[in-house]
Amino acid sequence: MIWFASALAFWAGAWALNVRLSRSRWARTWAVRIAVPALFGITLLVVWEGLVRGLAVPGVILPPPSAIGARFAGSLPILWGDFVQTFVKGALSGYVIGCGASVATAIAIDRSPFLQRGLLPVGNFIAALPIIGTAPILVMWFGFDWQSKAAVVVAMVFFPVLVNTVQGLAASEAMQRDLMKTYSASYVQTLMKLRLPAAMPFIFNGLKIATTLALIGAIVAEFFGSPIKGMGFRISTEVGRLALDMVWAEIAVAALAGTAFYGLVAGAERAVTFWHPSQRG
Amino acid sequence: MRSLLPVLAVVMAIVTLWYGAAVMMNSRWTLDQAARAERTLSLTEIVTDTMTQDRPKMPAPHQVATELWKTTGEKVLQGRAFSKRSLIYHAWITLSATLLGFAIGTGLGVLLAIGIVHNRAMDMSVMPWAIASQTIPILAIAPMIIVVLNSVGVTGLVPKAIISAYLSFFPVVVGMVKGLRSPDAMQLDLLSTYSASRAQAFWKLRLPSSMPYLFTSLKVGMAASLVGAIVGELPTGAVRGLGARLLAGSYYGQTVQIWSALFAAAILAALLVGVIGLVQRVTLRAMGMNR
Repeated sequence: MIWFASALAFWAGAWALNVRLSRSRWARTWAVRIAVPALFGITLLVVWEGLVRGLAVPGVILPPPSAIGARFAGSLPILWGDFVQTFVKGALSGYVIGCGASVATAIAIDRSPFLQRGLLPVGNFIAALPIIGTAPILVMWFGFDWQSKAAVVVAMVFFPVLVNTVQGLAASEAMQRDLMKTYSASYVQTLMKLRLPAAMPFIFNGLKIATTLALIGAIVAEFFGSPIKGMGFRISTEVGRLALDMVWAEIAVAALAGTAFYGLVAGAERAVTFWHPSQRG
Repeated sequence: MRSLLPVLAVVMAIVTLWYGAAVMMNSRWTLDQAARAERTLSLTEIVTDTMTQDRPKMPAPHQVATELWKTTGEKVLQGRAFSKRSLIYHAWITLSATLLGFAIGTGLGVLLAIGIVHNRAMDMSVMPWAIASQTIPILAIAPMIIVVLNSVGVTGLVPKAIISAYLSFFPVVVGMVKGLRSPDAMQLDLLSTYSASRAQAFWKLRLPSSMPYLFTSLKVGMAASLVGAIVGELPTGAVRGLGARLLAGSYYGQTVQIWSALFAAAILAALLVGVIGLVQRVTLRAMGMNR
């Protein structure tokens, strides 16, 4: 009961503090902008811990955050092995191949307006489909190891990036293209100096969407078969053994990896498209 | 209509590539069988065999189409549209979970977005997490939700719907917050010169101007819901639903079954997103926001 009450008390206190902070005159400062969401996150963890302990929820249903943290710290080698297998080998290699192939395809079809008009609707359509369903097929084709996961990731990221790149390559204005023509710039020069840079905000939009898709693809593909390591494999087997603290630790790894990956791409975007209005101010 | 011809051309190219891939990938098996029987095959024999294998590595398009027809249209003609062998039945199982989850997720998402727009503390504490959550592979928790709810005694539709709801929740929150904030300061000022209350400003200005954003995020959320429902059917070895068909097909090497389930899922996704697009067009036209 004491756990329950103190969790509620903490929640009320933190909420009051947040309300006060967000109404204070420092509300626009950098520190408060970080402190408020951080406090909210901590509150969630505390309430979770308090509720689980206070209501004596069994660990096979919902382990408290402290147990998850302990398991996380205690099984770092396993988690690292899974991370390398799923993220570095599966998701990252698939991401690079898929995004590379799709940008190359977009540039290749860019010279033909006919193909562009045809590919955009089809690509948009395919990007909305549950491509994750190809996972069992690709696992069957490429075997259980990371190659099949990379293939699933390639299939998942290809069309979102393609659609965005095709749109981006059309983004430069007629006036700008005419200017390049008056400089008698060749196709390659126009592409490298004008159209690719102008397309970058769009391409990065696709690349950012693709980061999450890549990780989801790699994890879900492991549900269909995997060597005895990998984040998806660990999640599905530990769920079967009802070792939920390990599952949550694995989810924490996935969340950290996903956020870091996204942050990295967003950082690259900031560096490449520093001139774009959305990056200023 | 201008793009009809190019789209057809691209689709034709895809089908052609598919047939080519089917011949390439299945010919190994054909040649092995022939070598074992110590026969040599002519090219036409090889090609016809690759099109008609029972468990091809890559089923040809017409095989998938036949299987789709056998498990949908033919069952309807036989009057057994909801038998267990019918894809309509499995699609319905998945669809019901998708729609329930989508309704829950969208409802909660819109409510949270309204809270975020009207309460500054909520905005500052929840919004960064809502955005960050889009970078997290949420789908990874699907097996856990299924198994945990299973151990509490909740089975069937609800666990899948929860996953669907969870997946469609965050896109709707982010989109709706953007939409509810889309009226500019001038319009809000006008309403305050009319001394409109916050509720009035919400119903008469914020909600109407958020509609385009709402529909965009509904489309994203619907696609995510369907993926959630399908993945939700994987972990417990469910026997019903499109995800279960995928899993069973991959266990038994029934490639044609996998592909037909995949296409059924794709058709379902296209229909659902198409319906939202239709509602969007009608609504926006009625509101005079047609672009």
